[in-house]
Amino acid sequence: MAWLDSLNPQTQFVFFTLLKIICVLVPLLTLVAYAVLVERKVSALIQDRVGPNRVNLPLIGSIPVLGPFLTRLGIWHPFVDGVKSFIKEDFTPAHVRKIYFWLAPAISLVPAFLIVAVIPFGSTIGAQKMVIADLNVGILYTFGIVSLGVYGIVLAGYAANSKYPFLGGIRATAQMISYEIAMGLSVIPVFLVVGDLNLGRIISYQAQHGWNVFPVLGGGFSAQTLLLAPCGVLSFLIFFIAAFAETNRLPFDMAESESELVSGYHTEYSSMKFGMFFIGEYANMFAGSAMMTTLFLGGWTLPFLGLDQPADSVWMGLLHIGIFMGKMLTFMFIFIWVRWMIPRFRYDQLMDLGWRRLIPLALANIILTAGVVALTNR
Amino acid sequence: MIVKRNELTWFERLYLPAIIGGLKVTTRHFLNTLTTRTPVTQQYPEEPTKVLPGYRGAPYLVRDQDGATKCVSCQLCEFVCPPKAIRITPPGPNGKPADRTNAEKMPEEFEINMLRCIFCGLCQEVCPEEAIFLKSDFSLTGLARGEMIYNKEKLLALGGTHPGIQKWKHKLDEAKEQEIFPVKV
Repeated sequence: MAWLDSLNPQTQFVFFTLLKIICVLVPLLTLVAYAVLVERKVSALIQDRVGPNRVNLPLIGSIPVLGPFLTRLGIWHPFVDGVKSFIKEDFTPAHVRKIYFWLAPAISLVPAFLIVAVIPFGSTIGAQKMVIADLNVGILYTFGIVSLGVYGIVLAGYAANSKYPFLGGIRATAQMISYEIAMGLSVIPVFLVVGDLNLGRIISYQAQHGWNVFPVLGGGFSAQTLLLAPCGVLSFLIFFIAAFAETNRLPFDMAESESELVSGYHTEYSSMKFGMFFIGEYANMFAGSAMMTTLFLGGWTLPFLGLDQPADSVWMGLLHIGIFMGKMLTFMFIFIWVRWMIPRFRYDQLMDLGWRRLIPLALANIILTAGVVALTNR
Repeated sequence: MIVKRNELTWFERLYLPAIIGGLKVTTRHFLNTLTTRTPVTQQYPEEPTKVLPGYRGAPYLVRDQDGATKCVSCQLCEFVCPPKAIRITPPGPNGKPADRTNAEKMPEEFEINMLRCIFCGLCQEVCPEEAIFLKSDFSLTGLARGEMIYNKEKLLALGGTHPGIQKWKHKLDEAKEQEIFPVKV
């Protein structure tokens, strides 16, 4: 790697950042595609069905046992789905507002990927920190970008210029704005405890003092961890519920609600423009899962076997990435499972839950946590 | 009827009982399907579908026991067909005679457009000669629209034979049934 050392620091930084962007985006898109497959398979199993089992690749399909097994698993469906959405007719209805119609899918897709930039998905490999942008205000950046996500949906609803997308857009606006408040308030206890906005330092704090969701885990038994445990659980639960609402997943998929609004804001979209909304939704779920992992579950650390220290070898670095992925994918699985478990909330129930339950609860939790921190301050 | 709605208890208003119930049901179904592999769905192209008697599939023409065309080109089915899927070309005054006795004529051409057909069965019901029947075929495919217009030859080949030309016997039975009073149920 002599040629790398010969570059000046700025060029090296740019090189490594681009490398990390590629190394994050490509697996993320693959994971998104396979999350769709998992969603379809899990829903099939829950509903006593078989699920996707059709696509067979010519060469691999002829391997005796493995080929048919992979086909039955539906492993190749994401590829075929991807090709399909590109070669489908991209239909633009005559009555849409063209510019916004073209802009909306991009606007709903980009924020989901931007959030991933600040997530520390591993400790270190070599001298590189496993995070694309190590911002000091990481969490503020995240919330800023998350708020932008609603514009894609609103714009899609407005651009479609017909009633169901419009209703979907309106619902999405109200829902996402109100749950963003609950989400933001539920994170404040984390800052009170950690005293930092940098996601990397939030993780290293958790490695020393226990996971934010339940500080006894990794922090050991002490007055502070025991007292902070209920606060952590509460703020985690609020964040978790708000994450469902922010990503427009059932039980809060007001913006889509197939049975009422055809398919909500993306009713008029077809082909890859619809595909972009779809990818955006799943990428948002991944971003939400990664945020929950980072803020509450200690990111890439585990409180035993010395896995909470930054990696000193490449293998340890990869292991840390694996731990992070494991936690994130668990959340993804919960996201998917809940969709087939809980029916959709009625719109007024949704608003009631957001404004009259979660927000007061989050405010009370802030005061409670502040009290605990003040009492047991080190 | 007035349905009494009970006030929810505070525990129920936490949504917890509903969530736990949902978790139980979904987990049970998930594990059952995963371990016993008995999905309720049918793997259609591999597993052939069982068609029950009385099923209304595609209408085909039938031959009698001698292999002769039963249809006498009366065009009743053409008139009754709601989507106008049937088109019959009668032989005309100097056309070919019927290939069976007891019939004045047979159609020169008999076309059913399967893209228009709605499988209602009115043609079968109206036919005085028992010459057209709704069979059990339900997945008709073609690569072009023209392929989906079935002509007389194709319809006769697909329909097969309907043995026992009991047309007059059946009509007589039906007439006798009408005489009986009160009507036999």
